[in-house]
Amino acid sequence: MNSGRAARVGLRLATALVLAFVYLPLTIVVLYAFNKSGTNAWPPSGFTLEWFSAALDNSGLQQAFFTSVMCAIGATIIALVLGCLISLAVSRYQWFGRDSISFVILLPIALPGIVTGMALSTTFSSLSVPLGILTVIVGHATFCIVLVYNNAIARLRRTARSYEEASADLGAHVFQTFRYVTFPSLRSALFAGALLAFALSFDEVIVTIFTAGGVKTLPIWIFQSFRLANQVPLVNVAGLVAILLSVIPVYIATRISSEAVSGRT
Amino acid sequence: MAGMPAAPAVPAPRPSVARRVSAWMHAHPRFRLGLLLLLPLLWLVVIYLGSLGVLFLNAFWSRDPFTSLVVREFTLDNFKTLLTTDVYRTVTIRTVTMALLVTLTCIILAYPIAYYMARVASPRVRGIMVVAVVMPLWASYLIKAYSWRLILADEGVIDWLLKPLGLSTPGYGDLAVWIVFVYLWLPYMILPIFAGLERIPSSLLEASADLGGKGWMTFRRVIFPLTIPAIAAGSIFTFSLTLGDYIVPGLVSTTQFIGNVIFVNVAQNLPLAAAYSLVPLAIMLIYLFIVRRFGAFDAL
Repeated sequence: MNSGRAARVGLRLATALVLAFVYLPLTIVVLYAFNKSGTNAWPPSGFTLEWFSAALDNSGLQQAFFTSVMCAIGATIIALVLGCLISLAVSRYQWFGRDSISFVILLPIALPGIVTGMALSTTFSSLSVPLGILTVIVGHATFCIVLVYNNAIARLRRTARSYEEASADLGAHVFQTFRYVTFPSLRSALFAGALLAFALSFDEVIVTIFTAGGVKTLPIWIFQSFRLANQVPLVNVAGLVAILLSVIPVYIATRISSEAVSGRT
Repeated sequence: MAGMPAAPAVPAPRPSVARRVSAWMHAHPRFRLGLLLLLPLLWLVVIYLGSLGVLFLNAFWSRDPFTSLVVREFTLDNFKTLLTTDVYRTVTIRTVTMALLVTLTCIILAYPIAYYMARVASPRVRGIMVVAVVMPLWASYLIKAYSWRLILADEGVIDWLLKPLGLSTPGYGDLAVWIVFVYLWLPYMILPIFAGLERIPSSLLEASADLGGKGWMTFRRVIFPLTIPAIAAGSIFTFSLTLGDYIVPGLVSTTQFIGNVIFVNVAQNLPLAAAYSLVPLAIMLIYLFIVRRFGAFDAL
């Protein structure tokens, strides 16, 4: 590649600045979680772990945390089943409307969150469906399908159909072929997709506010506590937890998919 | 083999239920396809597209001012209100301008780092950087927005840094909203551009060099045009996410964007809120239609 020396230095500098821009704000929230004074004045006055024990004692925060975990698990399971089914239908069959369906799968995340949120909340209120954990799960599952689908379809396109045909030729029936041939090759892609779905659901707030009614997920708890001065240290701790619980699954997911990719090329 | 005793005639085992069902399914691929599609289509078409339809219907209903109940009779009043009231027009223009500005800023910031990752960095560094860019994408959205509330606060980091220079923090406002949106959506732009750059075969660059293209010329005439679909793909997210966000403006400004107006109206006048949420929907559909022509969907 024939780029000039000056261009290279400039690129390096720009890259470093953008990375700093991306990481410094996150670092600051993490630092505040250990800040001795209970305010958000900079610089922090000292190191303490006191807010972590306070967070553990806060029943509202705990409740919100478990609600979020439940919603994320529910949404992930639904997204996993639906995303897997539809990726098989798209990759292994020809049918009318196949191209449009991949557009519809993408729509819930391509459209502004407020549109999805409004659509679901208007529908629930028109049908008199009470808002709660179940409606949150419905909303989350809708935009999580695409994450599972994308991972699964990428894998299915790389694995040759001939394995499945060979399996059928050797006498395996449809379910055995899925259990022993298709599923094992899909497993890690599905797992990666599920982790992403979990992380997205755990973190989502825009659609959640519209579908939660009185239920508080962790992001809703954080959102409602922003303006309460006495909650500031707890918000910082909850923020640290929220960062970790979305980043760790995603880290594992990227490791899985990159291994899968490098293992195949 | 003549000496071998003839194998006793064993009746073929009765095929199991699974095998018989499977044999039938094998012969009927349409049925298999239907089974695969039943649940996903039920969910995506009935629940999701269905609720978009309900939203659409609600936009043509009205609210009884005395009982506050939704009157289910067709009317265009909501759209008349939206078109004739200055506030709605101003808010729409403000939001679209912000979305375009954020998208443009994201392209400018994302391109150099994506280029570095794809074409300069060693494979090991590239791998690390991909993870480094993906991680913050997923780190809690709310906390990322909140971190800027802390940074821009009166006693925040920026104020502390600028105080010795006799300056103070820009504080909350439109500038803050712009910074936070760019911050939040930047990885959505970096990743597709990176993927787009990585896909360009080196032979094209060599060909350009052989034909006398200098570094800048090759970039302008070969590399950049080839990454336009990737930029368009990334812009779907930066544009759409800005268009519908009501959390960030509430956190770091007092300015109203489309999302805030819809959000406030949900409790007061649901049909009007529904009508107004068709505005970002329509803008987004037009936007998707445009970027599709640039090949955005192939680069997603």
